Amino acid sequence: MSQATAELVRRELGPVEITPIAAAPGYWKAVGQRLMRDPVTIAVTVILLGIIFISIAAPLVAGADPYAGSVLARLKPIGTPGHWLGTDETGRDLWARLCYGGRLSLLAGILPVSISLVVGGFLGILAGYAGGLVGTLIMRTMDVFYAFPSILLAIAICGLLGNGLSNSVIALSVVFIPPMVRISETVTTQARHLDFVEAARASGTTTMQIIRHHVLANVLGPILVYATSLISVSIILSAGLSFLGLGVTPPQAEWGLMLNSLRQAIYVQPYVAALPGVMIFITSMCFNLMSDGFRSAMDVRLNK
Amino acid sequence: MNMTADPRDRGGPAQPLLLVNDLRKHFPVRGGLLGRQIATVQAVDDVSFSVRKGETLGIVGESGCGKSTTARLLMRLIEPDAGDVVFDGDPVGDRHGLSVNAMRRQMQMVFQDSYSSLNPRMTMAESVAYAPRMHGLPAKEALSRAEDLLAQVGLNPRQYARRYPHELSGGQRQRVNVARALALEPRLVILDEAVSALDKSIEAQVLNLLAELKARFNLTYLFISHDLNVVEYVSDRVLVMYLGRVVETGPVEAIYARPRHPYTRALFASKPTLDPDRRTKEMPLTGDPPNPINPPSGCRFRTRCAFAQAICAELVPPLAAPLDGADDSGAHLVACHLPHAQQVLHA
Repeated sequence: MSQATAELVRRELGPVEITPIAAAPGYWKAVGQRLMRDPVTIAVTVILLGIIFISIAAPLVAGADPYAGSVLARLKPIGTPGHWLGTDETGRDLWARLCYGGRLSLLAGILPVSISLVVGGFLGILAGYAGGLVGTLIMRTMDVFYAFPSILLAIAICGLLGNGLSNSVIALSVVFIPPMVRISETVTTQARHLDFVEAARASGTTTMQIIRHHVLANVLGPILVYATSLISVSIILSAGLSFLGLGVTPPQAEWGLMLNSLRQAIYVQPYVAALPGVMIFITSMCFNLMSDGFRSAMDVRLNK
Repeated sequence: MNMTADPRDRGGPAQPLLLVNDLRKHFPVRGGLLGRQIATVQAVDDVSFSVRKGETLGIVGESGCGKSTTARLLMRLIEPDAGDVVFDGDPVGDRHGLSVNAMRRQMQMVFQDSYSSLNPRMTMAESVAYAPRMHGLPAKEALSRAEDLLAQVGLNPRQYARRYPHELSGGQRQRVNVARALALEPRLVILDEAVSALDKSIEAQVLNLLAELKARFNLTYLFISHDLNVVEYVSDRVLVMYLGRVVETGPVEAIYARPRHPYTRALFASKPTLDPDRRTKEMPLTGDPPNPINPPSGCRFRTRCAFAQAICAELVPPLAAPLDGADDSGAHLVACHLPHAQQVLHA
């Protein structure tokens, strides 16, 4: 506080000295502090980072070739010496395949969601803020995509483009764009009519500045939470595409594909067969809980 | 009122700060399969008025009469269909006049809802400093200006500058909104029901604050309210609106002592009074105002007016001096055809 302001305060508000509240941190620092007080979010974030680390460092931690099978070592149970998580139906080490599988599964989970987040978020905010003809055009186009069930649409696009991971990423991105547009359009429309946006317009703030400072900050929270919840859907859908022979192709390791191929062994080695599913479950749970934690931490209204 | 010191004064003291001519906004009502226009809401219809430098013009009327739409039209938050706005001699939005952006630096607005008019993710200081920063003031200077303004509106910046909107009371938030409106050093402030949502005691404090700030910063106010007592307290002149049109305008004493338009009188009759000697003898107004989608022809008040005659349905009454000839100065104007309808009946 400047000298002149301090003088003004003395004159206007009298000599009562108010102890200044502790220098409040900036927005992101405050978010960090709130996160630190939330053990669940810290725990799931650590688990996720662990999964991501293991996937990236797969060659170092796997300890075995994920593609080398052995007819003699087929469907070994958990705890077998040399194969501590057992082996799959062609005798490949499951721990190694889970480590390598994380690479493709996380990629198939995160990449389509990120692409649709950027594209869908942009289109949605544009539609919500511009309204009128532009908004109608974007939203009605999205409605056309909504007419197809998401998995059918993904299959159709994959079938058109041919199989392979990159094509399934493209297909899933297209599938996720319409709901993302719809969510961001709704929250933007709500935010646009709030008085503080009007007040910013009334003080001559440009449209880009308003979107950056007022709309985005209030819109990003709901969109991000929705996006993280889509990651698990994306992992599962891409697994489905792999199963149909449209996404990742065998013998590549991918959790969804592994789950599908171990399906037949469910009566022989139920625990081993369930492992890829457990990984999908843990990963998607962690993403959901983490997004929830971040949303609370980013909301200044929930707690101090 | 000290009017000599303001270097921003371009038109001289006699030039009204704001001149509004035939401002009009009709909202299309769309429907049917192809979204064709099936009707129009005549929200603001040929509204004209002026605001003199340093005065407070009160705008009153029941809800839906176009008060807030007029405010938003003036700020260009909505584009008017027709009409001119002249700010201190410069036509707004005209090639040779004042750009909308330049006008917005000189004209600011305080909204009714103190909570929704502050960004929940910005601290008080950030909210107040925002507009100056967007206009290129360095962050540090903008912040010190914000702290200064918070002190001016009676909030110690040490205590409040770093707080978020949800941590303040309604009255405190509205003080911040006032500070935010003043951050660009405007000359005209539109107060759109700015104190209506506050408790009576807080309302009085904020009104006193507004009066102080007006003198200190050489401001002119456009005070929009449905509260007749408050308007009488703060205004120099009053404008009464009904269904998108001006029905009566004049100095506050004249309007409150001798309201001429039957609608103004009915409005005042609805005002609660504690004085048994001032009970009104006139019939209270009944029913809702007509639908602005299909407003009555001629005088829009005729459907609820006890005096209505054939002419009222045919001709739109122009704003003119009262027909009894008591005030020819042009200060007091009323839009009514009938001399006997303009007479005050109560004792």
